[in-house]
Amino acid sequence: MQKTIYRRLRDAITREVPVAVATVITGDDVGAQVLIQPDQAVLSMLNDTALVEQLHQDALAMLLAGEQGIRTYGERQIFIETYPPPATIIMVGAVHIAVALTTFAKPLGFRTIVVDARGAFATNERFGHADELVHAWPDDALRGRLHSNTAVVVLTHDPKLDDPALLVALPSAARYVGALGSSKTQAARVLRLRDAGLNDAQISRLYAPIGLPIGGRTPEEIGLSIMAQIVAVRNGKSL
Amino acid sequence: MRDVVDAIDTWQQRGERVAIATVVRTLGSSPRGVGAKMVVSDAGNMAGSVSGGCIEGAVFTACQQAIRTGQATLMHFGVPDESAWEVGLACGGTIDVFIEPLGTSE
Repeated sequence: MQKTIYRRLRDAITREVPVAVATVITGDDVGAQVLIQPDQAVLSMLNDTALVEQLHQDALAMLLAGEQGIRTYGERQIFIETYPPPATIIMVGAVHIAVALTTFAKPLGFRTIVVDARGAFATNERFGHADELVHAWPDDALRGRLHSNTAVVVLTHDPKLDDPALLVALPSAARYVGALGSSKTQAARVLRLRDAGLNDAQISRLYAPIGLPIGGRTPEEIGLSIMAQIVAVRNGKSL
Repeated sequence: MRDVVDAIDTWQQRGERVAIATVVRTLGSSPRGVGAKMVVSDAGNMAGSVSGGCIEGAVFTACQQAIRTGQATLMHFGVPDESAWEVGLACGGTIDVFIEPLGTSE
């Protein structure tokens, strides 16, 4: 790995911004690399501009999908390694369940972002464990923050706040989208989301009622059931 | 890579040269997934891992060779092989590991 490539890679990893590296592992130019980042010029040790452009497109798609692995390009095998942003849980609604969730999320390797336009709810006193508190409307806060490593948990109990969040989250690349509320609440919500223009595939990927059925009653128990469901989805289990 | 950056920084500050080993393909059961890294310095330091311990010895040797020669190479581990540095995997899977020296010049 050339020093210039390593320096850019190290910088991106340290700042937790998305980056991918394509490495020729068989065929001509073994060891040659191309570094790819969204919205930035590629840094390439390969001279074949058509191949570099193809790698650029493929790496960005794999980064978005959270994939990595070996691809074949003509005579060469190229390993495309992706570093998506860290796994993140975004909670919409700075409610008591969100307090419990931020506490559970950290030791399980998730960053946490709590979104609530109401300044009195999303405070440092209540959310000492959260990585980020965002005082904004849910749809504004979610735009630009959703990728394949993101879970969105909608907890406000208020359709005026829940629905705009879901209208952004469900069509996005976010791996997990869940919403609090009973089956009855969910049935009414499905009708509203459909009226707002979401299709059945988008609506059916919503986890609602949210969480694994562990009979949770307290905010902590419900937080645990949500946390367990997010971990299950991260691990490729459908529950 | 995140888990080995600090080790690379420390070794490079001491003037040590470094090689990086990366799991690029796995088949069957294997303890570390694609992208897992192990780094080795010419002073004999190592950090990270590419398996549960069964191939680290061979990878260590290959990394030191890569530092000496400046050549990158793809290694295959799995079915026992005649060649000197390939070893069998107790877990029954196969692992491909790419070994590359980390450049010292611009």
